Amino acid sequence: MLKTLRTVHLQKNQIIKDIRGREIKPKFRGIPVIDEKKLTNLKECQKACPTGAITDDKKIDLGKCIFCGECARLSNGAITFTRNHKYSAAKREDLIVNGEINPIAAKEEIVKVFGQSLKLRQVSAGGCNSCEMELNACSNANFDIGRYGIDFVASPRHADGVVITGPVTKNMAKALEDTFLSTPEPRIVIAVGACAISGGVFQDSDEIDRTFFERHPVDLYIPGCPAHPLTIINGILDYLGCK
Amino acid sequence: MVMTKTLIFKNNEVINKSEIPVLEFTEFERLITDTHFRVANLFINQEEYKNNMYAVIADDINAQLYIASTIVGNEYPSLTLKRPAVHMFEREIYENYGIRPVGHPFLKPVRVNEGYEFLKSDDLQSHEVAVGPVHAGIIEPGHFRFLCQGERVMHLEIQLGWQHRGVEKMLKNNPNIWLAESISGDTTIGHSSVFARGLEALSGMKVCKRAQTIRKIALEMERMAIHIGDIGAIAGDIAYLMAANVLGVTRTLVINTMLEISGSRFGKGLMRIGGVNFDIDDELKTKITNMLEEVDTRVTEMCDAMFSNATVLSRLENTGLVSTKKAEEIGMVGPAARASGVVVDCRLFGDYKNFVPVSAHNGDVWARAYQRFLEIKQSKAMILDMLEELNGKLETPEIKTDYAPNSMCLTFTEGWRGEICHVIITDKTGAIEQYKIKDPSFHNWFGLALAVRNNQISDFPVCNKSFDLSYCGFDL
Repeated sequence: MLKTLRTVHLQKNQIIKDIRGREIKPKFRGIPVIDEKKLTNLKECQKACPTGAITDDKKIDLGKCIFCGECARLSNGAITFTRNHKYSAAKREDLIVNGEINPIAAKEEIVKVFGQSLKLRQVSAGGCNSCEMELNACSNANFDIGRYGIDFVASPRHADGVVITGPVTKNMAKALEDTFLSTPEPRIVIAVGACAISGGVFQDSDEIDRTFFERHPVDLYIPGCPAHPLTIINGILDYLGCK
Repeated sequence: MVMTKTLIFKNNEVINKSEIPVLEFTEFERLITDTHFRVANLFINQEEYKNNMYAVIADDINAQLYIASTIVGNEYPSLTLKRPAVHMFEREIYENYGIRPVGHPFLKPVRVNEGYEFLKSDDLQSHEVAVGPVHAGIIEPGHFRFLCQGERVMHLEIQLGWQHRGVEKMLKNNPNIWLAESISGDTTIGHSSVFARGLEALSGMKVCKRAQTIRKIALEMERMAIHIGDIGAIAGDIAYLMAANVLGVTRTLVINTMLEISGSRFGKGLMRIGGVNFDIDDELKTKITNMLEEVDTRVTEMCDAMFSNATVLSRLENTGLVSTKKAEEIGMVGPAARASGVVVDCRLFGDYKNFVPVSAHNGDVWARAYQRFLEIKQSKAMILDMLEELNGKLETPEIKTDYAPNSMCLTFTEGWRGEICHVIITDKTGAIEQYKIKDPSFHNWFGLALAVRNNQISDFPVCNKSFDLSYCGFDL
């Protein structure tokens, strides 16, 4: 008992109080910025990009970007990564950016139905488990996503939507479809990580089957490789119209 | 002694394929069945309608590696009957190449799950419990089929393959570090460093001392972070929420320091072919040292309370027992094997000075949890030593892609889960002909299946967490 109390005393308060305003430590690679005039070796950067995220009109597709920083090293300072970690979007085209990202416009019906409580079922469909670990971290004593009424539940029957990680392997395609269809309507789809959004580093694999996304549109995109817990929580809160 | 007919090689050494002795099958069989050393790998390399089968034997205590090969046709007498540890290798070879090990006792699929019939029991008192592939938490997919009598598990079959993304094929066609980082995200440093070392050896690149030390520091930090999180997760599964929460946030300290080194909490982006992308300067050195002291105090306090708590001990002790004999027999690796008293650790293969593995011996869930506590302590001491050694300048050499032709490079590293082995084979032109990955989970999933036998089915989660194996690392 005394040992337990001593541990409590040693731990103090670990919660991040200001989730919305919290910054991530330096060296974190957030939204990239391209200095269009300074960038002379676009082709070289495009070739080096492992996921083909750099577009011809000098923008970066955050849905593909794995934030490896390789282009920044090659571009002699023309491409830099800011520390801005809030880069979720409700539309796929909003993810193709240069520095600035459009804020998510919260839909009225979403705020009305899910604004106070959102229960999610997570499906890992070929993910490398780093996104899964970050989703788990969202519920730990630092980030505590539960304080906003957002929870990860055990059964799709109890869920308001699914969170998908991974590029969706052929072997998982049916299980993912079944899980999604077991969720009662109205339901939402959240894609977390470059793999779920675009296939990421596995986009060229012949073992993946991404037809799920043709049938079921994604409501919220949370990029990253993996997405930081602060990115995930802030993305969901923006989508729900929370302050 | 058939061992004398093999080629002795070093970890990460480039071997010319023609140097590897080709044995008669009977001799090859004796090499695997007569030795008490560990079979570290068994794989096929196809060469113009010829199936070359290679066996790698590891003598962990004397840090010695042996390799030999033989030629097999469409079938050969199964080696599993005499050496159960190779059962997974033979199943994998059968699935990938159709080469049948005749007499294999349990030739079930490895990564294919369609059309497979699970083992059934005629006993009317027994029942089956099916779990997965989608589980009740944020975790990867896999299917577990329990054969139970009441609450008691008689047999567990684990069927994987749901995560199969074709990594080996992709790495063969386009070897890049980002893909290697995503083989298994929790072992980012482990897999990416092995990948880089393999290609560096084949192309003859020299990696500076400083970069090598930074890689080793990152590897130990990864080990600490996951082990801390895992003790917390074990505590969570037995509803000891105090440790689950405390260790959950203590892990954050380690991975946030990793972010300060590399920009990613998992160390993604740290490794590059030829070295590392980020240096550890004096300021970071101080930060790491302070973090280690802080983490050590917190973990020690918490584990002291946890491992002296009677309710915790009553759930962990004698649960999920794997005896030393059984662990050796099925070829378990990593902390799970060391917790059963087996001496197996790839850090013995030369890269570390005076390294002695630690062991918790008992082989139950308690031992696998306590093993992690011991390894956290050991890793902390190792990082402090390595920070002292950190000197010289960080060099980033030009990346070379002309690999030695007709060669083979086997690289081993002790990831936090155990032995990681990547095999790269080049053809006559120096192009990569085969890329083979072995994650420690390849061996240890079967260990979990044995551990839960005769346990309550409700103890499965805590047994599972005590192993904490990778689904995607296995499925590739």
